[in-house]
Amino acid sequence: MHPAFSVILFTVISGAGYGLFILLAAFHLAGIGPAMSHGELLAHGAVSLGMITLGLMLSTGHLANKKNAWRSFMRFKTSWLSREAVFAVLFYPFAGIYGLGVLLQGAAIGPLPALAGVIAAVLAVITLFSTGMIYGCLKTIRQWNTALTPANYIMLGIATGTTLFAAIATVFGNATAMHAGVAMVALVAAAVLKAIYYFWISRVNGPTINTATTFNRATVRLLDTGHTAGTFLTDEFGYDPRKDTIDNVKMGVFLLGFVAPVLVFASILSGAPAGIAWLAAVSSLIGIGMERWLFFAEAKHVVRLYHGAQTCTNSLAEPARGRTSVAPVTDPTDARRWELGDTPGGSGS
Amino acid sequence: MRLGLVIDMDTCVGCHACAVACKQWNTSGTTGALTDYRPYGEDPSGVWFNRVRHYEVGDYPNNKTVNIPMSCMHCQYADCVNVCPTGASYKRPEDGIVLVDQDKCMGCNYCAWACPYGARELDREDGVMKKCTLCVDRIYDEALPPEERQPACVITCPAHARFFGDFDDDNSEVSRLVRERGGVKQMPELGYKPVNTYLPPRITRPIPIDDVRANRLVSSVKDWVNKMVAR
Repeated sequence: MHPAFSVILFTVISGAGYGLFILLAAFHLAGIGPAMSHGELLAHGAVSLGMITLGLMLSTGHLANKKNAWRSFMRFKTSWLSREAVFAVLFYPFAGIYGLGVLLQGAAIGPLPALAGVIAAVLAVITLFSTGMIYGCLKTIRQWNTALTPANYIMLGIATGTTLFAAIATVFGNATAMHAGVAMVALVAAAVLKAIYYFWISRVNGPTINTATTFNRATVRLLDTGHTAGTFLTDEFGYDPRKDTIDNVKMGVFLLGFVAPVLVFASILSGAPAGIAWLAAVSSLIGIGMERWLFFAEAKHVVRLYHGAQTCTNSLAEPARGRTSVAPVTDPTDARRWELGDTPGGSGS
Repeated sequence: MRLGLVIDMDTCVGCHACAVACKQWNTSGTTGALTDYRPYGEDPSGVWFNRVRHYEVGDYPNNKTVNIPMSCMHCQYADCVNVCPTGASYKRPEDGIVLVDQDKCMGCNYCAWACPYGARELDREDGVMKKCTLCVDRIYDEALPPEERQPACVITCPAHARFFGDFDDDNSEVSRLVRERGGVKQMPELGYKPVNTYLPPRITRPIPIDDVRANRLVSSVKDWVNKMVAR
Protein backbone atom coordinates (compact mmCIF):
# COMPACT_ATOMS: atom_id res chain seq x y z
CA MET A 1 0.00 0.00 0.00
CA HIS A 2 1.13 3.50 -0.74
CA PRO A 3 1.86 5.18 2.62
CA ALA A 4 0.01 8.53 2.70
CA PHE A 5 2.06 11.02 4.72
CA SER A 6 -1.02 12.78 6.13
CA VAL A 7 -2.48 9.51 7.43
CA ILE A 8 0.84 8.58 9.09
CA LEU A 9 1.01 11.96 10.83
CA PHE A 10 -2.65 11.82 11.81
CA THR A 11 -2.59 8.36 13.37
CA VAL A 12 0.70 8.96 15.21
CA ILE A 13 -0.03 12.46 16.52
CA SER A 14 -3.68 12.03 17.48
CA GLY A 15 -2.93 8.49 18.73
CA ALA A 16 -0.37 9.94 21.15
CA GLY A 17 -2.86 12.65 22.09
CA TYR A 18 -5.55 10.11 22.96
CA GLY A 19 -2.99 8.04 24.85
CA LEU A 20 -1.93 11.10 26.83
CA PHE A 21 -5.54 11.87 27.70
CA ILE A 22 -6.15 8.28 28.84
CA LEU A 23 -3.06 8.52 31.10
CA LEU A 24 -4.19 11.89 32.46
CA ALA A 25 -7.64 10.55 33.29
CA ALA A 26 -6.20 7.41 34.86
CA PHE A 27 -3.67 9.27 37.03
CA HIS A 28 -6.01 12.07 38.01
CA LEU A 29 -9.41 10.41 38.37
CA ALA A 30 -8.38 6.98 39.57
CA GLY A 31 -5.89 8.58 41.95
CA ILE A 32 -2.87 6.73 40.61
CA GLY A 33 0.48 8.34 41.30
CA PRO A 34 1.30 11.63 42.98
CA ALA A 35 -1.14 14.51 43.18
CA MET A 36 -0.89 16.85 40.20
CA SER A 37 -0.86 20.62 40.46
CA HIS A 38 -3.48 22.74 38.71
CA GLY A 39 -0.95 23.82 36.09
CA GLU A 40 0.22 20.29 35.37
CA LEU A 41 -3.33 19.02 34.87
CA LEU A 42 -4.02 21.85 32.44
CA ALA A 43 -0.75 21.27 30.58
CA HIS A 44 -1.49 17.55 30.07
CA GLY A 45 -5.01 18.35 28.93
CA ALA A 46 -3.99 21.17 26.60
CA VAL A 47 -1.22 19.14 24.94
CA SER A 48 -3.47 16.10 24.43
CA LEU A 49 -6.37 18.12 23.00
CA GLY A 50 -3.96 20.09 20.83
CA MET A 51 -2.38 16.94 19.40
CA ILE A 52 -5.75 15.27 18.82
CA THR A 53 -7.04 18.36 17.00
CA LEU A 54 -3.88 18.78 14.94
CA GLY A 55 -4.03 15.10 13.97
CA LEU A 56 -7.67 15.26 12.95
CA MET A 57 -7.00 18.31 10.81
CA LEU A 58 -4.03 16.60 9.16
CA SER A 59 -6.22 13.57 8.42
CA THR A 60 -8.09 15.53 5.77
CA GLY A 61 -4.80 15.97 3.92
CA HIS A 62 -5.20 12.84 1.82
CA LEU A 63 -8.76 13.56 0.74
CA ALA A 64 -9.14 14.35 -2.93
CA ASN A 65 -12.35 16.29 -2.33
CA LYS A 66 -12.00 18.03 1.04
CA LYS A 67 -15.22 20.01 0.80
CA ASN A 68 -17.20 16.80 1.36
CA ALA A 69 -15.22 15.77 4.45
CA TRP A 70 -18.15 16.68 6.71
CA ARG A 71 -20.14 13.90 5.09
CA SER A 72 -17.84 11.29 6.65
CA PHE A 73 -20.13 11.19 9.72
CA MET A 74 -23.03 9.86 7.65
CA ARG A 75 -22.48 6.10 7.63
CA PHE A 76 -22.10 5.23 11.31
CA LYS A 77 -24.05 2.02 10.80
CA THR A 78 -21.59 0.29 8.49
CA SER A 79 -18.34 2.22 8.14
CA TRP A 80 -15.51 2.18 10.69
CA LEU A 81 -14.16 5.41 9.19
CA SER A 82 -17.49 7.03 9.96
CA ARG A 83 -17.50 5.56 13.47
CA GLU A 84 -14.00 6.88 14.09
CA ALA A 85 -15.06 10.36 12.98
CA VAL A 86 -18.16 10.29 15.20
CA PHE A 87 -16.30 9.02 18.29
CA ALA A 88 -13.45 11.48 17.70
CA VAL A 89 -15.90 14.39 17.71
CA LEU A 90 -18.04 12.96 20.53
CA PHE A 91 -14.87 12.95 22.64
CA TYR A 92 -14.67 16.75 22.60
CA PRO A 93 -17.76 17.75 24.67
CA PHE A 94 -16.90 15.25 27.44
CA ALA A 95 -13.23 16.24 27.43
CA GLY A 96 -14.41 19.87 27.45
CA ILE A 97 -16.63 19.42 30.54
CA TYR A 98 -13.78 17.65 32.31
CA GLY A 99 -11.32 20.35 31.24
CA LEU A 100 -13.67 23.10 32.38
CA GLY A 101 -13.99 21.36 35.75
CA VAL A 102 -10.22 21.25 36.12
CA LEU A 103 -9.91 24.86 35.00
CA LEU A 104 -12.45 26.13 37.55
CA GLN A 105 -11.98 23.73 40.44
CA GLY A 106 -8.39 22.50 40.12
CA ALA A 107 -7.47 18.94 41.02
CA ALA A 108 -10.43 18.47 43.38
CA ILE A 109 -13.16 18.38 40.74
CA GLY A 110 -16.77 17.51 41.41
CA PRO A 111 -18.42 14.20 40.44
CA LEU A 112 -19.96 15.51 37.19
CA PRO A 113 -16.74 16.69 35.50
CA ALA A 114 -15.04 13.55 36.82
CA LEU A 115 -17.68 11.38 35.18
CA ALA A 116 -17.26 13.35 31.94
CA GLY A 117 -13.51 12.71 32.17
CA VAL A 118 -14.05 8.97 32.56
CA ILE A 119 -16.44 8.94 29.58
CA ALA A 120 -13.94 10.95 27.49
CA ALA A 121 -11.16 8.47 28.34
CA VAL A 122 -13.39 5.55 27.33
CA LEU A 123 -14.26 7.39 24.07
CA ALA A 124 -10.53 7.90 23.47
CA VAL A 125 -9.98 4.12 23.69
CA ILE A 126 -12.99 3.52 21.40
CA THR A 127 -11.64 6.06 18.89
CA LEU A 128 -8.26 4.32 18.84
CA PHE A 129 -10.07 1.00 18.38
CA SER A 130 -12.11 2.45 15.50
CA THR A 131 -8.95 3.76 13.82
CA GLY A 132 -7.48 0.27 14.02
CA MET A 133 -10.69 -1.30 12.71
CA ILE A 134 -10.63 0.97 9.62
CA TYR A 135 -7.70 -1.19 8.56
CA GLY A 136 -8.57 -4.35 10.48
CA CYS A 137 -11.93 -4.84 8.75
CA LEU A 138 -10.53 -4.96 5.20
CA LYS A 139 -10.58 -8.53 3.88
CA THR A 140 -8.63 -7.36 0.83
CA ILE A 141 -5.47 -6.63 2.81
CA ARG A 142 -4.60 -9.79 4.71
CA GLN A 143 -1.79 -8.15 6.71
CA TRP A 144 -4.36 -5.86 8.33
CA ASN A 145 -7.29 -8.24 8.60
CA THR A 146 -6.55 -9.30 12.18
CA ALA A 147 -7.53 -8.38 15.75
CA LEU A 148 -3.86 -7.48 16.26
CA THR A 149 -4.40 -4.33 14.17
CA PRO A 150 -6.81 -2.50 16.52
CA ALA A 151 -4.90 -3.90 19.52
CA ASN A 152 -1.71 -2.34 18.15
CA TYR A 153 -3.36 1.02 17.51
CA ILE A 154 -4.64 1.16 21.11
CA MET A 155 -1.40 -0.04 22.67
CA LEU A 156 0.90 2.21 20.60
CA GLY A 157 -1.32 5.22 21.31
CA ILE A 158 -1.11 4.53 25.04
CA ALA A 159 2.66 3.84 24.90
CA THR A 160 3.46 7.14 23.14
CA GLY A 161 0.98 8.82 25.51
CA THR A 162 2.89 7.55 28.56
CA THR A 163 6.24 8.93 27.33
CA LEU A 164 4.62 12.32 26.73
CA PHE A 165 2.91 12.15 30.12
CA ALA A 166 6.20 11.48 31.87
CA ALA A 167 7.95 14.21 29.88
CA ILE A 168 5.36 16.89 30.64
CA ALA A 169 5.41 15.91 34.33
CA THR A 170 9.14 16.79 34.48
CA VAL A 171 8.33 20.39 33.54
CA PHE A 172 6.33 20.68 36.76
CA GLY A 173 8.95 18.89 38.82
CA ASN A 174 6.51 16.09 39.43
CA ALA A 175 8.36 13.24 37.72
CA THR A 176 8.29 10.15 39.90
CA ALA A 177 9.46 6.57 39.64
CA MET A 178 5.83 5.75 38.97
CA HIS A 179 5.78 7.81 35.73
CA ALA A 180 8.91 6.07 34.47
CA GLY A 181 7.65 2.66 35.58
CA VAL A 182 4.26 3.00 33.88
CA ALA A 183 5.93 4.25 30.68
CA MET A 184 8.33 1.30 30.68
CA VAL A 185 5.52 -1.22 31.21
CA ALA A 186 3.44 0.33 28.41
CA LEU A 187 6.42 0.45 26.03
CA VAL A 188 7.38 -3.17 26.69
CA ALA A 189 3.78 -4.32 26.26
CA ALA A 190 3.49 -2.38 22.98
CA ALA A 191 6.81 -3.79 21.76
CA VAL A 192 5.71 -7.37 22.51
CA LEU A 193 2.39 -6.81 20.74
CA LYS A 194 4.18 -5.31 17.73
CA ALA A 195 6.62 -8.21 17.62
CA ILE A 196 3.67 -10.63 17.63
CA TYR A 197 2.16 -8.67 14.72
CA TYR A 198 5.40 -8.81 12.70
CA PHE A 199 5.66 -12.54 13.38
CA TRP A 200 2.05 -13.03 12.32
CA ILE A 201 2.23 -11.11 9.03
CA SER A 202 5.31 -13.04 7.97
CA ARG A 203 3.09 -16.11 7.56
CA VAL A 204 -0.29 -14.70 6.59
CA ASN A 205 -2.14 -16.41 3.75
CA GLY A 206 -5.19 -15.80 1.62
CA PRO A 207 -6.14 -15.61 -2.06
CA THR A 208 -3.54 -16.49 -4.69
CA ILE A 209 -3.14 -15.67 -8.37
CA ASN A 210 -5.02 -18.95 -8.95
CA THR A 211 -8.22 -18.03 -7.15
CA ALA A 212 -7.94 -14.49 -8.51
CA THR A 213 -7.91 -15.68 -12.11
CA THR A 214 -10.15 -18.75 -11.43
CA PHE A 215 -7.51 -21.17 -12.79
CA ASN A 216 -7.07 -23.22 -9.66
CA ARG A 217 -5.29 -26.21 -11.11
CA ALA A 218 -2.60 -24.63 -13.25
CA THR A 219 0.34 -22.31 -12.89
CA VAL A 220 -0.67 -18.78 -13.82
CA ARG A 221 1.78 -16.07 -14.82
CA LEU A 222 1.18 -12.51 -15.83
CA LEU A 223 2.04 -11.85 -19.47
CA ASP A 224 0.92 -8.24 -19.69
CA THR A 225 -0.96 -5.85 -17.45
CA GLY A 226 -2.62 -4.24 -20.46
CA HIS A 227 -1.46 -0.69 -19.83
CA THR A 228 1.69 1.10 -20.89
CA ALA A 229 2.14 3.38 -17.87
CA GLY A 230 1.10 3.57 -14.24
CA THR A 231 -2.55 3.63 -13.18
CA PHE A 232 -4.40 4.54 -10.02
CA LEU A 233 -4.18 0.89 -9.00
CA THR A 234 -0.42 0.62 -9.46
CA ASP A 235 0.14 3.92 -7.65
CA GLU A 236 -2.08 3.03 -4.71
CA PHE A 237 -1.40 -0.69 -4.31
CA GLY A 238 1.84 -1.31 -6.19
CA TYR A 239 4.12 0.21 -3.58
CA ASP A 240 6.84 -2.39 -3.20
CA PRO A 241 9.74 -1.42 -0.91
CA ARG A 242 12.87 -3.53 -0.89
CA LYS A 243 13.28 -6.19 1.77
CA ASP A 244 16.38 -4.49 3.22
CA THR A 245 14.51 -1.16 3.46
CA ILE A 246 11.76 -2.90 5.42
CA ASP A 247 14.30 -4.60 7.69
CA ASN A 248 16.12 -1.33 8.37
CA VAL A 249 12.91 0.51 9.18
CA LYS A 250 11.80 -2.36 11.40
CA MET A 251 15.10 -2.04 13.27
CA GLY A 252 14.37 1.68 13.66
CA VAL A 253 10.88 0.94 14.99
CA PHE A 254 12.24 -1.22 17.79
CA LEU A 255 15.33 0.89 18.56
CA LEU A 256 13.73 4.35 18.47
CA GLY A 257 10.20 3.35 19.33
CA PHE A 258 10.80 0.99 22.25
CA VAL A 259 14.43 0.29 23.23
CA ALA A 260 15.69 3.88 23.46
CA PRO A 261 12.69 5.19 25.47
CA VAL A 262 12.89 2.22 27.86
CA LEU A 263 16.62 2.88 28.35
CA VAL A 264 15.91 6.55 29.00
CA PHE A 265 13.37 5.72 31.69
CA ALA A 266 15.67 3.07 33.16
CA SER A 267 18.44 5.64 33.48
CA ILE A 268 15.99 8.08 35.10
CA LEU A 269 15.16 5.40 37.64
CA SER A 270 18.87 4.89 38.31
CA GLY A 271 19.47 8.56 38.96
CA ALA A 272 19.72 10.46 35.66
CA PRO A 273 17.98 13.88 35.52
CA ALA A 274 14.25 13.48 34.88
CA GLY A 275 14.32 16.04 32.07
CA ILE A 276 15.73 13.47 29.62
CA ALA A 277 12.21 11.97 29.53
CA TRP A 278 11.68 14.38 26.64
CA LEU A 279 14.23 12.36 24.67
CA ALA A 280 12.08 9.27 25.24
CA ALA A 281 8.95 11.13 24.09
CA VAL A 282 10.57 12.39 20.88
CA SER A 283 12.26 9.07 20.19
CA SER A 284 9.06 7.07 20.67
CA LEU A 285 7.09 9.41 18.38
CA ILE A 286 9.72 9.06 15.63
CA GLY A 287 9.83 5.28 16.14
CA ILE A 288 6.04 4.94 15.97
CA GLY A 289 6.06 7.19 12.88
CA MET A 290 8.36 4.62 11.26
CA GLU A 291 6.09 1.83 12.51
CA ARG A 292 3.12 3.51 10.81
CA TRP A 293 5.02 3.86 7.53
CA LEU A 294 5.88 0.17 7.71
CA PHE A 295 2.27 -0.69 8.53
CA PHE A 296 1.25 0.69 5.13
CA ALA A 297 4.35 -0.23 3.14
CA GLU A 298 4.24 -3.88 4.20
CA ALA A 299 0.52 -4.36 3.57
CA LYS A 300 -0.19 -6.02 0.25
CA HIS A 301 -3.57 -5.58 -1.39
CA VAL A 302 -5.02 -8.62 -3.18
CA VAL A 303 -5.42 -6.63 -6.41
CA ARG A 304 -1.67 -7.17 -6.82
CA LEU A 305 -2.51 -10.76 -7.72
CA TYR A 306 -3.83 -9.43 -11.02
CA HIS A 307 -0.55 -7.62 -11.57
CA GLY A 308 1.66 -10.66 -11.22
CA ALA A 309 2.02 -11.37 -7.49
CA GLN A 310 1.56 -15.08 -6.86
CA THR A 311 0.30 -14.85 -3.27
CA CYS A 312 -0.93 -12.25 -0.80
CA THR A 313 2.48 -11.97 0.79
CA ASN A 314 5.09 -12.25 -1.90
CA SER A 315 6.62 -9.26 -3.52
CA LEU A 316 6.12 -8.61 -7.21
CA ALA A 317 9.88 -8.95 -7.50
CA GLU A 318 9.79 -12.66 -6.73
CA PRO A 319 10.02 -14.94 -9.75
CA ALA A 320 6.98 -16.90 -10.83
CA ARG A 321 7.12 -20.49 -9.73
CA GLY A 322 7.84 -23.37 -12.06
CA ARG A 323 9.55 -21.29 -14.73
CA THR A 324 13.26 -20.94 -15.24
CA SER A 325 13.88 -20.02 -18.87
CA VAL A 326 11.75 -16.99 -19.68
CA ALA A 327 10.62 -15.90 -16.24
CA PRO A 328 8.54 -12.76 -16.61
CA VAL A 329 10.01 -11.26 -13.47
CA THR A 330 13.42 -12.46 -12.36
CA ASP A 331 15.53 -9.36 -12.10
CA PRO A 332 14.49 -7.33 -9.04
CA THR A 333 15.52 -4.11 -10.75
CA ASP A 334 13.14 -4.95 -13.57
CA ALA A 335 10.37 -5.62 -11.13
CA ARG A 336 10.79 -2.12 -9.69
CA ARG A 337 9.58 -0.84 -13.01
CA TRP A 338 6.22 -2.43 -12.29
CA GLU A 339 5.30 0.77 -10.56
CA LEU A 340 5.30 2.38 -13.97
CA GLY A 341 3.18 -0.45 -15.29
CA ASP A 342 5.99 -1.69 -17.51
CA THR A 343 5.83 -5.44 -17.14
CA PRO A 344 8.96 -7.29 -18.17
CA GLY A 345 8.13 -9.90 -20.76
CA GLY A 346 5.03 -8.04 -21.83
CA SER A 347 4.46 -6.32 -25.11
CA GLY A 348 3.14 -3.18 -23.44
CA SER A 349 0.11 -3.10 -25.68
CA MET B 1 -33.06 -8.16 -10.48
CA ARG B 2 -29.36 -8.86 -10.34
CA LEU B 3 -27.82 -7.32 -13.44
CA GLY B 4 -24.30 -8.23 -14.45
CA LEU B 5 -21.96 -9.52 -17.10
CA VAL B 6 -20.81 -12.90 -18.28
CA ILE B 7 -17.37 -12.91 -19.88
CA ASP B 8 -16.21 -15.82 -22.00
CA MET B 9 -12.49 -16.35 -21.42
CA ASP B 10 -12.48 -18.83 -24.29
CA THR B 11 -13.51 -16.40 -26.98
CA CYS B 12 -12.00 -13.20 -25.59
CA VAL B 13 -9.09 -12.32 -27.86
CA GLY B 14 -7.74 -9.56 -25.65
CA CYS B 15 -8.24 -6.73 -28.15
CA HIS B 16 -9.18 -4.12 -25.49
CA ALA B 17 -12.16 -2.98 -27.58
CA CYS B 18 -14.46 -3.29 -24.56
CA ALA B 19 -12.14 -1.09 -22.49
CA VAL B 20 -11.96 1.55 -25.22
CA ALA B 21 -15.71 1.50 -25.88
CA CYS B 22 -16.28 1.84 -22.13
CA LYS B 23 -13.96 4.80 -21.94
CA GLN B 24 -15.65 6.44 -24.91
CA TRP B 25 -19.21 5.96 -23.67
CA ASN B 26 -18.64 6.80 -20.03
CA THR B 27 -16.40 9.78 -20.60
CA SER B 28 -19.45 11.47 -22.08
CA GLY B 29 -21.88 9.78 -19.69
CA THR B 30 -23.21 10.44 -16.20
CA THR B 31 -19.84 9.97 -14.45
CA GLY B 32 -17.70 11.58 -17.14
CA ALA B 33 -15.30 12.85 -18.02
CA LEU B 34 -12.87 10.04 -17.29
CA THR B 35 -9.79 12.19 -17.06
CA ASP B 36 -6.60 11.45 -18.96
CA TYR B 37 -3.42 12.71 -17.37
CA ARG B 38 -0.52 13.72 -19.67
CA PRO B 39 -2.19 12.05 -22.68
CA TYR B 40 0.67 13.05 -24.98
CA GLY B 41 3.41 12.98 -22.34
CA GLU B 42 5.95 10.33 -21.46
CA ASP B 43 3.89 8.68 -18.75
CA PRO B 44 0.27 8.85 -19.86
CA SER B 45 -2.34 7.65 -17.39
CA GLY B 46 -6.02 8.00 -16.73
CA VAL B 47 -9.26 6.64 -15.39
CA TRP B 48 -10.66 3.45 -16.90
CA PHE B 49 -13.60 1.35 -15.73
CA ASN B 50 -12.57 -1.73 -17.58
CA ARG B 51 -9.09 -3.19 -17.96
CA VAL B 52 -7.94 -6.27 -19.85
CA ARG B 53 -5.03 -8.30 -18.47
CA HIS B 54 -3.22 -11.17 -20.12
CA TYR B 55 -2.02 -14.36 -18.44
CA GLU B 56 -0.24 -17.56 -19.35
CA VAL B 57 -2.09 -20.49 -17.83
CA GLY B 58 -0.38 -23.88 -17.52
CA ASP B 59 3.17 -24.93 -18.36
CA TYR B 60 4.63 -25.45 -21.81
CA PRO B 61 3.59 -27.36 -23.87
CA ASN B 62 0.19 -27.44 -22.20
CA ASN B 63 -0.08 -23.70 -21.84
CA LYS B 64 -2.55 -21.16 -23.09
CA THR B 65 -2.85 -17.40 -23.18
CA VAL B 66 -5.97 -16.23 -21.38
CA ASN B 67 -7.24 -12.67 -21.54
CA ILE B 68 -9.22 -11.48 -18.55
CA PRO B 69 -11.22 -8.26 -18.89
CA MET B 70 -12.21 -6.90 -15.50
CA SER B 71 -14.64 -4.22 -14.48
CA CYS B 72 -16.89 -3.81 -11.45
CA MET B 73 -18.36 -7.18 -10.39
CA HIS B 74 -21.41 -5.46 -8.79
CA CYS B 75 -20.91 -7.79 -5.81
CA GLN B 76 -23.91 -8.98 -3.85
CA TYR B 77 -21.90 -8.34 -0.69
CA ALA B 78 -20.33 -5.05 -1.76
CA ASP B 79 -17.85 -4.12 0.97
CA CYS B 80 -16.99 -0.92 -0.93
CA VAL B 81 -20.49 0.28 -0.04
CA ASN B 82 -20.22 -0.78 3.62
CA VAL B 83 -16.90 0.98 4.24
CA CYS B 84 -17.85 4.26 2.52
CA PRO B 85 -18.08 6.88 5.29
CA THR B 86 -20.05 9.45 3.31
CA GLY B 87 -22.77 7.30 1.78
CA ALA B 88 -21.55 8.21 -1.71
CA SER B 89 -21.16 4.54 -2.64
CA TYR B 90 -24.45 2.72 -2.89
CA LYS B 91 -25.96 -0.41 -4.34
CA ARG B 92 -29.30 -0.05 -6.05
CA PRO B 93 -31.76 -2.47 -4.46
CA GLU B 94 -33.86 -2.71 -7.62
CA ASP B 95 -31.15 -4.06 -9.97
CA GLY B 96 -27.99 -4.51 -7.86
CA ILE B 97 -25.91 -1.92 -9.71
CA VAL B 98 -23.19 -0.36 -7.51
CA LEU B 99 -22.79 3.37 -8.13
CA VAL B 100 -20.99 6.41 -6.69
CA ASP B 101 -22.86 9.63 -5.98
CA GLN B 102 -20.23 12.08 -7.12
CA ASP B 103 -21.80 14.95 -5.18
CA LYS B 104 -21.17 13.11 -1.89
CA CYS B 105 -17.76 11.48 -2.47
CA MET B 106 -14.85 13.01 -0.55
CA GLY B 107 -12.15 11.03 -2.34
CA CYS B 108 -10.72 9.10 0.63
CA ASN B 109 -9.98 5.96 -1.47
CA TYR B 110 -11.41 3.71 1.22
CA CYS B 111 -13.78 1.94 -1.20
CA ALA B 112 -10.89 1.24 -3.56
CA TRP B 113 -9.04 -0.35 -0.64
CA ALA B 114 -12.04 -2.56 0.10
CA CYS B 115 -12.43 -3.71 -3.51
CA PRO B 116 -10.43 -6.87 -4.30
CA TYR B 117 -10.96 -6.53 -8.04
CA GLY B 118 -9.46 -3.09 -8.63
CA ALA B 119 -12.75 -1.82 -10.02
CA ARG B 120 -12.55 1.66 -8.57
CA GLU B 121 -10.24 4.40 -9.74
CA LEU B 122 -9.88 7.87 -8.27
CA ASP B 123 -10.20 10.69 -10.77
CA ARG B 124 -7.47 12.99 -9.54
CA GLU B 125 -8.78 15.97 -11.51
CA ASP B 126 -12.34 15.74 -10.19
CA GLY B 127 -11.26 14.42 -6.77
CA VAL B 128 -13.95 11.74 -6.71
CA MET B 129 -14.00 7.98 -7.04
CA LYS B 130 -15.25 6.60 -10.34
CA LYS B 131 -16.32 3.14 -11.34
CA CYS B 132 -18.21 1.01 -13.85
CA THR B 133 -21.89 1.96 -13.92
CA LEU B 134 -22.89 -1.05 -16.05
CA CYS B 135 -23.83 1.76 -18.47
CA VAL B 136 -26.86 2.54 -16.32
CA ASP B 137 -27.53 5.57 -18.51
CA ARG B 138 -27.70 3.34 -21.57
CA ILE B 139 -29.46 0.14 -20.49
CA TYR B 140 -32.55 2.07 -19.32
CA ASP B 141 -32.61 4.58 -22.22
CA GLU B 142 -35.97 4.05 -23.89
CA ALA B 143 -34.94 6.28 -26.78
CA LEU B 144 -32.61 3.50 -27.91
CA PRO B 145 -33.84 0.44 -29.80
CA PRO B 146 -34.13 -2.55 -27.38
CA GLU B 147 -31.12 -4.40 -28.80
CA GLU B 148 -28.91 -1.39 -28.03
CA ARG B 149 -29.97 -1.16 -24.39
CA GLN B 150 -26.82 -2.99 -23.31
CA PRO B 151 -23.50 -1.85 -21.83
CA ALA B 152 -21.11 -0.37 -24.39
CA CYS B 153 -18.52 -3.10 -23.75
CA VAL B 154 -21.03 -5.82 -24.62
CA ILE B 155 -22.21 -4.17 -27.82
CA THR B 156 -18.72 -3.49 -29.10
CA CYS B 157 -17.06 -6.84 -28.37
CA PRO B 158 -15.98 -8.14 -31.82
CA ALA B 159 -15.46 -11.67 -30.49
CA HIS B 160 -18.89 -11.76 -28.86
CA ALA B 161 -17.24 -12.74 -25.59
CA ARG B 162 -19.43 -10.56 -23.36
CA PHE B 163 -23.05 -11.01 -22.34
CA PHE B 164 -25.31 -8.81 -20.23
CA GLY B 165 -28.43 -9.81 -18.37
CA ASP B 166 -30.33 -10.60 -15.21
CA PHE B 167 -28.80 -13.39 -13.12
CA ASP B 168 -32.00 -13.75 -11.07
CA ASP B 169 -33.88 -14.82 -14.18
CA ASP B 170 -33.18 -18.52 -14.78
CA ASN B 171 -34.19 -18.20 -18.44
CA SER B 172 -31.88 -15.31 -19.28
CA GLU B 173 -28.96 -15.83 -21.62
CA VAL B 174 -26.44 -15.13 -18.85
CA SER B 175 -28.02 -17.70 -16.49
CA ARG B 176 -28.12 -20.27 -19.26
CA LEU B 177 -24.46 -19.68 -20.16
CA VAL B 178 -23.34 -19.93 -16.54
CA ARG B 179 -25.30 -23.16 -16.18
CA GLU B 180 -24.12 -24.76 -19.41
CA ARG B 181 -20.49 -23.67 -19.37
CA GLY B 182 -19.81 -23.94 -15.64
CA GLY B 183 -19.29 -20.24 -14.93
CA VAL B 184 -16.73 -19.31 -12.26
CA LYS B 185 -16.21 -16.34 -9.95
CA GLN B 186 -12.98 -14.62 -9.03
CA MET B 187 -11.73 -14.87 -5.43
CA PRO B 188 -14.93 -16.45 -4.07
CA GLU B 189 -13.13 -17.13 -0.75
CA LEU B 190 -13.35 -13.45 0.19
CA GLY B 191 -17.14 -13.74 0.32
CA TYR B 192 -17.99 -10.68 -1.78
CA LYS B 193 -20.28 -12.79 -4.00
CA PRO B 194 -19.41 -11.08 -7.30
CA VAL B 195 -22.25 -11.09 -9.83
CA ASN B 196 -20.07 -10.99 -12.95
CA THR B 197 -19.19 -14.52 -13.96
CA TYR B 198 -16.41 -15.89 -16.16
CA LEU B 199 -16.73 -18.83 -18.53
CA PRO B 200 -13.63 -21.05 -18.49
CA PRO B 201 -11.95 -22.01 -21.78
CA ARG B 202 -13.57 -24.99 -23.45
CA ILE B 203 -11.66 -28.26 -23.66
CA THR B 204 -10.32 -28.59 -27.19
CA ARG B 205 -8.53 -31.26 -29.20
CA PRO B 206 -4.81 -31.33 -28.46
CA ILE B 207 -2.75 -29.36 -30.94
CA PRO B 208 0.32 -31.29 -32.20
CA ILE B 209 3.48 -29.69 -30.97
CA ASP B 210 6.22 -31.74 -32.67
CA ASP B 211 7.63 -30.80 -36.05
CA VAL B 212 4.79 -31.54 -38.46
CA ARG B 213 7.06 -31.55 -41.52
CA ALA B 214 7.84 -35.03 -42.73
CA ASN B 215 11.56 -35.70 -42.73
CA ARG B 216 11.94 -36.41 -46.48
CA LEU B 217 15.16 -36.55 -48.53
CA VAL B 218 14.45 -33.27 -50.35
CA SER B 219 13.76 -31.36 -47.14
CA SER B 220 16.87 -32.84 -45.51
CA VAL B 221 19.04 -31.71 -48.43
CA LYS B 222 17.41 -28.25 -48.34
CA ASP B 223 18.10 -27.95 -44.65
CA TRP B 224 21.72 -28.98 -45.15
CA VAL B 225 22.19 -26.50 -47.99
CA ASN B 226 20.63 -23.73 -45.95
CA LYS B 227 23.02 -24.46 -43.13
CA MET B 228 26.06 -24.51 -45.40
CA VAL B 229 25.39 -21.53 -47.65
CA ALA B 230 26.15 -18.23 -45.99
CA ARG B 231 23.47 -15.59 -46.51
